[in-house]
Amino acid sequence: MSEALSITQPAVDAIVAQALAAIASASDLNELKSLRGRVVGDQSAIAELNAQLRNLPNDQKAAAGALIGKARGELNAAYSARESEMFLAEERAKLAAESVDVTAAPSHSRFGARHPLSLLMDQISDIFVGMGWEIAEGPEIENEWFNFDALNFDADHPARAMQDTFFVEPVESHLVLRTHTSPVQVRSLLERELPVYVLCPGRVFRTDELDATHTPVFHQVEGLAVDKGLTMADLKGTLEHFARVMFGPDAQIRLRPSFFPFTEPSAELDVWHPGAKGGARWVEWGGCGMVNPNVLRAAGIDPEVYSGFAFGMGIERTLMFRNDVKDMHDMVEADIRFSEQFGVTL
Amino acid sequence: MRVPLSWLAEYVDLPGDATPDSVMSELVKVGLEEEGSHGFSVTGPVVVGQVVEFTPEEQSNGKTIRWCQVRVAPAGSKAADGGEEVRGIVCGASNFEVGDKVVVCLPGAVLPGDFAIAARKTYGHISDGMMASARELGLSDDHAGIIRLHELGLDPKVGTDALELLQLNESAAEVNVTPDRGYCFSIRGIAREYSHATGSEFRDPIGNAHPEPVSGFPLTIADQAPIRDRVGSAHFTLRAVRNIDASRPTPPWMIARLKLAGMRSISLVVDITNYVMLELGQPIHAYDLDKLQGGFTVRRAKPGESLRTLDGQERKLHPEDLLICDESGPIGLAGVMGGESTEVSLDTKNVLIEAAHFDPISIARTARRHKLPSEASKRFERGVDPNLGPSAVARVIQLLEVHAHGEADNLGAEHRSSQPEKPIWLPADFAAQHVGVDYTEAEIAETLREIGCVVAQVESGFEVIAPSWRPDLTHKTDLVEEVARITGYDRIPSRIPVAPPGRGLTARQKLRRSILNQLAATGHVEVLNYPFLSEQANRLFADESVETVKLANALQSDSSEMRVSLLPGLLDAAKRNISRGLTDVALVEEGSVFLPANNPAVRDLPSGVALPSPEQLSALNASIPAQPRHLAVVLAGNRVQQQVGVRAAGFDYADAIQAARLAAHAVGAQLTVRQASPKGFHPGRTAELLVSIAGESKSVGYAGELDPQLTAQLDLPRRVAALELDLEVLYAAAPEVTQASFVWTMPAATQDLSLVVPVEVVADELLQTVRDGAGNLLETIRLVDDYRGENIAAGKKSLTFALRFRAADRTLTQAEASDARDGAVKLAAERFGAELRA
Repeated sequence: MSEALSITQPAVDAIVAQALAAIASASDLNELKSLRGRVVGDQSAIAELNAQLRNLPNDQKAAAGALIGKARGELNAAYSARESEMFLAEERAKLAAESVDVTAAPSHSRFGARHPLSLLMDQISDIFVGMGWEIAEGPEIENEWFNFDALNFDADHPARAMQDTFFVEPVESHLVLRTHTSPVQVRSLLERELPVYVLCPGRVFRTDELDATHTPVFHQVEGLAVDKGLTMADLKGTLEHFARVMFGPDAQIRLRPSFFPFTEPSAELDVWHPGAKGGARWVEWGGCGMVNPNVLRAAGIDPEVYSGFAFGMGIERTLMFRNDVKDMHDMVEADIRFSEQFGVTL
Repeated sequence: MRVPLSWLAEYVDLPGDATPDSVMSELVKVGLEEEGSHGFSVTGPVVVGQVVEFTPEEQSNGKTIRWCQVRVAPAGSKAADGGEEVRGIVCGASNFEVGDKVVVCLPGAVLPGDFAIAARKTYGHISDGMMASARELGLSDDHAGIIRLHELGLDPKVGTDALELLQLNESAAEVNVTPDRGYCFSIRGIAREYSHATGSEFRDPIGNAHPEPVSGFPLTIADQAPIRDRVGSAHFTLRAVRNIDASRPTPPWMIARLKLAGMRSISLVVDITNYVMLELGQPIHAYDLDKLQGGFTVRRAKPGESLRTLDGQERKLHPEDLLICDESGPIGLAGVMGGESTEVSLDTKNVLIEAAHFDPISIARTARRHKLPSEASKRFERGVDPNLGPSAVARVIQLLEVHAHGEADNLGAEHRSSQPEKPIWLPADFAAQHVGVDYTEAEIAETLREIGCVVAQVESGFEVIAPSWRPDLTHKTDLVEEVARITGYDRIPSRIPVAPPGRGLTARQKLRRSILNQLAATGHVEVLNYPFLSEQANRLFADESVETVKLANALQSDSSEMRVSLLPGLLDAAKRNISRGLTDVALVEEGSVFLPANNPAVRDLPSGVALPSPEQLSALNASIPAQPRHLAVVLAGNRVQQQVGVRAAGFDYADAIQAARLAAHAVGAQLTVRQASPKGFHPGRTAELLVSIAGESKSVGYAGELDPQLTAQLDLPRRVAALELDLEVLYAAAPEVTQASFVWTMPAATQDLSLVVPVEVVADELLQTVRDGAGNLLETIRLVDDYRGENIAAGKKSLTFALRFRAADRTLTQAEASDARDGAVKLAAERFGAELRA
């Protein structure tokens, strides 16, 4: 060392200023790190000055040491601040480089869908399960006894010819594709203990050609309650509740006299559909009535002690007017676009 | 039933402004549902014209037209359309003469089919209107020539409104008659119901008919084989009418009413019998008296007998067919259709009128057997009023006297069987108990009397005799329906019954939903296919020899079998989607398949009026085909479509297996897979799926890719993945309650293990071996790599497993994990000759 530096305030200030300028001049983290030795490390001017301390008379050491210590503290802080600032900036820059157009996010899985008829049957089942009813099922190929005889369709009853029935070969086997879900009512009465409150959703068959409003394979839901003291008022109340859950609190029902072999009295059921497309209106919904005493007898139940009511409606028809489906073809053709518009909810 | 309003109005008062819609809206209240309205669809100036002169003009096309001058208004007045009184009209018909009165449609008239009449240039003339045929007016199918009014017995003044004259301004309401209400297949029945609905006074049409005593025509009712103990004919009325002119025209009002009611005008005598049937509900038959040989016998057909019916068909008769016979043999299929040999013609002079009552069941069977659903059989099947015969015959005679100028003869026969009237006991409070309305006793009695019942009030109820036209009223519940119906269903209050506490959905019902929701949540779209397949499609995945359930009356011959597999239907659905440009499809279906029952059919069904014996019930149930529920999935096209930064990935066998696993997962069951090659599937890319039921492994179905030969044949993409599961088996494998294992929380040790084995070694078997050999400390094992090639000998492969070890009570050391791993290596070496990869 040719010339000892004197540890004075101006000298320290000069060194600090020079070092701060160097820190500020670094353009990236690498450059900053390469400067480290020269601005705050062993080779830095402030370190050299510090080395002079030992040459000072003892009485000056404390003051000079404090001067240098303060300067070193200032430089270290400046260096660290600059370092973390540059680190963060570089991290940000990396993230910026990673950015994507979120509107173009790819999808690695597909959306599926339930069939709306299937969803609707589940939904109706839930309404009745909520009332304490149970869901009953039965075979789609039935013995005629369950499909007709037990339901008060005499072998020669005109109503039996009225039903367009699919028969299984040979016809003498008396097997048919069930024309309604009513045989499940018979089975329920035979298999369950009284009182019975069951709902029977399921697939049924009639020999209609497929067109916009008919299909040979369709779905029904039927309800049956057999208990002591049931009247048509109970039927009406049940249907009213059902209608309101399905179509909103303003829904109403209306019964019109009709005929079914398995009920007496019988009625056609209309529903006031407040949400109908094109305005609230009455819609034909299904059939219902008090269980015919002959049906109870066929199930071994004494009609003098028990009475019951039953009702039934088409699921396709309900979906058509509830969800504005205009053509039966859409429900049977398995075009995925039809189910996909419902997804997993109706 | 179609009801012309003017006809209805003869027997019940209608409001002056009644329309088909207003009449229907009343009838629906009493249970006659509206079907629609009918009219003639003829409007505008349609008048009576008279042909003044005509010139035949031959045309270049070989046709001769007539250029006519037709007077359409009296001299000195304007025509109905405001035009000239004599018009030039071109007419193609040639059945008329000068002086004939005809029906002229003037410009401005509109005929059925929205055919608007206007003055138009044709064949070199301006044709200023049209002379109409009966068909052009919608009156009949007759298009042989134009209407000549004198042939209808009419001589109106020129210029008369022809719509009014021919009753073409009449309209009809159509209502649906339910099978229990046969009497409503008549104006009489509808008028009665209209009266019930509105309170208007009902005038019974049979009040106008006055039967007279008849005798002298031999009639024998000799039913040798009554069906279900019911004699084929209980009542039979015959009466002769002489010296009729059968060639006289049917009056236009009658033609119009028949037409509106849906029947064609045929000839005067036939039209009158049809008219009376529509009016009263009693089918009538007219025989040509001079063609009859001797008296009548009513009996069943004998073996080998046949009959040529009115429609010209020679019909082989069945021993159950009820016949009307004379000494020549059968001359009519009772209640269904008459015979040709005794048919009335335009030359008939003397007729014998028959109004009989036939057993509904006998008629229904005959009509069905011969596929002859006639207007007569329709009524007999549903029950005709047994007291109607004499009045109906009297009404026919009245009309024959007026319109055919006939003379009633006392020759005839009257057979009536007396049947004891059985009163129905109706407890006074039963209606209230059944309907929930507090009807008064007076109200009940009054309502039942209103519908024609004889009601006797006794201590605690009523003894009710139903009217003759209501054979459907046999039980007190039937009477209750009448009370409820006539007093109005709107009086019934509303009450919600309380069901006993329910058990919610059954386990099966929950599992089914869980599976479908799981698959929908993972990209599958549920579809519902018809269960009908062709014989060929049904065998795509089943043996040729498979027994199937066949339909006796399929809609199409190529869909006459019930499916034994869901896959053919799903493949068809996939194809339909692909053909519509939806090339990436993942379809799922849950539904029944149908397997013939092993048990014999029940030939004679038990009665439906009482509980069958337990043996009978179990025989009925055993006769029904097994109908297990299946689940099937078909996957075609891309699982992942090409997107930003993502390459398209096609569905393959693994997706089918994964779908099966998802279904099993949804019910809490575990699937294992093994290599298989079932029919229709790719022989090397298909798995058999197994579940464990009570410790036993059971096959639940298959998943994999379809045989490319099959997909080519079906016009599907080469690679289609599919799955079919028997849900009955899967449900049986579902745990009733899932038992939890403790979740240990000590640190885990992980190790990778690469084993070199012959390529034939099945990965899952090696994995199970490693698991067995590694012992209890092994928590999970996963196959992570299958490497073949450099550094691995030919015929070998290196399978790498990721192992995770954990102890319940301590942190594992590497040494413990390594020991466990060495155990696995040792067992793999023993079983498969596996070596640790260097």
